[in-house]
Amino acid sequence: MNPDTLKYTEEHEWIVNLDGICIIGITEYAVDELGEITFVELPEIGKVLERGEDVAVVESVKAANDVYAPVSGTVVEVNDILEMEPDLINRDCYGKGWIVKMKDINEEEYNELMDARSYRGYLKTVE
Amino acid sequence: MKTIFEMGAPGRHAVMPAPLDVPAASLPDAVKRDTPLALPELSELDVVRHFTQLSRRNFGVDSHYYPLGSCTMKYNPKIMEAIGALPGFTRLHPFTAMTDAYRKICQGALEVVCEMERLLAEVSGMTAACLQPMAGAHGELTGALLIAAYHKAQNGVLRDTLLIPDSAHGTNPASAVMAGFKTVTIPSNAQGVVDFDAYAALMGEHVAGVMLTCPNTHGLFEPRVADMALLAHENGALMYYDGANLNAIVGRCRPGDLGFDVMHFNLHKTFATPHGMGGPGSGAIAVGERLVPFLPNPRVVKDGGTYTLQDSAQSIGRIAPFFGNFLVALRAYAYLRAVGAEGLKTVSENAVLNANYVLARLRDVWRPAYDGLCMHECVLSAATFASKHGIRALDVAKALLDRGFHAPTVYFPLTVKEGLMIEPTETESRETLDAFCDAMLDIARLAETDADVLHQAPRTMPVGRLNEAQAAKNLDCACTG
Repeated sequence: MNPDTLKYTEEHEWIVNLDGICIIGITEYAVDELGEITFVELPEIGKVLERGEDVAVVESVKAANDVYAPVSGTVVEVNDILEMEPDLINRDCYGKGWIVKMKDINEEEYNELMDARSYRGYLKTVE
Repeated sequence: MKTIFEMGAPGRHAVMPAPLDVPAASLPDAVKRDTPLALPELSELDVVRHFTQLSRRNFGVDSHYYPLGSCTMKYNPKIMEAIGALPGFTRLHPFTAMTDAYRKICQGALEVVCEMERLLAEVSGMTAACLQPMAGAHGELTGALLIAAYHKAQNGVLRDTLLIPDSAHGTNPASAVMAGFKTVTIPSNAQGVVDFDAYAALMGEHVAGVMLTCPNTHGLFEPRVADMALLAHENGALMYYDGANLNAIVGRCRPGDLGFDVMHFNLHKTFATPHGMGGPGSGAIAVGERLVPFLPNPRVVKDGGTYTLQDSAQSIGRIAPFFGNFLVALRAYAYLRAVGAEGLKTVSENAVLNANYVLARLRDVWRPAYDGLCMHECVLSAATFASKHGIRALDVAKALLDRGFHAPTVYFPLTVKEGLMIEPTETESRETLDAFCDAMLDIARLAETDADVLHQAPRTMPVGRLNEAQAAKNLDCACTG
């Protein structure tokens, strides 16, 4: 995934809408803050979520952090490989380290999210 | 150094059991192991040397300055160990208290329970206390269950939510969920305390209670705590005080007077009981008038000149066997009696003074997360060093080990980037604090001039950087390699 084409949240999730299926992961900044990831808790397929609800938990040597749904929608697929290889997120957070896929998402909420340029600007304010 | 499983030789042993003088019986095959248990075979002296050498590599409060402070455990005055080891207490069987016929032989122990609960209620400005919860988070769970029982008895609206600040210990939401509640996070403001407007917006008829740590984990006293309690009570919600940071105010300010309805104490954090390697802890709780009927059963009460047990029909029931970790509560009782009411004021005063001394000496170099004075702990940030020199909080923690200091809590609270939480506690002298601050300033100097050296720390410890991720991912308790 090319980070320039993704949408972002202030909680450092990324999301991209590919023909109605959204792929969601966490950003390089989040990964850098967390350190090596040791455990990922994934949601059940079919779970219906409101924007901002917990969709997954990412645990590292430093902390356990919730991953929030960037938009409302339904979980259609989870990245099972993370259960065995959680550090895939460290190695490839925009690719093989994706976390969940959602469908039936709220398009309006999606359009409100930051693009890559605004996210980079936002990162400057939190550093 | 070898593990004990890698030492020894077949046939070596420490104790010669007496020859069998009863008929031998064999175990049924169904309960026998298929393979022999891989126990090490060593002489007594081998074992003594092994564990003595291990203990010399230990880094603890009795050997080193320990800026984890009461967050983990304060220094344990040795008088408490002497009291806690009295055979009249240690040899007492807990069932004696449960049996009418034997209760007369454990009156002293029951008096300790009753008196300790009375002292805890007095110190906290509450009505009654209960020693049963086995550790802080267990106390939180008990408190949350009491809040649930209280609302259920009111027969009012369904209250299913607890409000918890983002700076709270992770145990708060975990305990709340375990007690059946949903949790909603209250954001902190730019000053590092609860954003009152956001809090007020979250308050409503669905809120059962508010869990608050005060001072909070940023080491800051919540300036609007009384307003928060007022608003909660107006809305029918209860206030829970997380006693994790009670050491900052003990003897000077009482949660009950601030408007809290229920709280837990971490006896190891505030009343200096030992708490090593996971326990035993004690998370005694105290409650205001409204929650007394719901306290765990049984309660120790004084009936004339005799201590006896009493049950309440509305109680949430037992939360632990007997009276919790009684010998821990006994040590805390000894501490409270030794220190006294005036002494407790000095405890919190010196704890706050020491933290502010460290803050004042370090603030220009290791930037504090929030401005102003702190309470019993100061939260500094390595964020500037991380972005400029690649020296992160973890590197600072490791470099401190080489300088003879235990590492402070790092990366907590989660609200602070590259956080270093320093809690000196009241027991440290100015000389010790100065030596620690000098080490922190030396590390800052090295970060700017020779950062690589810090990346290699610790270099004087039995082991260097451990692979923490490996340990978390591939737990191997049996040392099977």
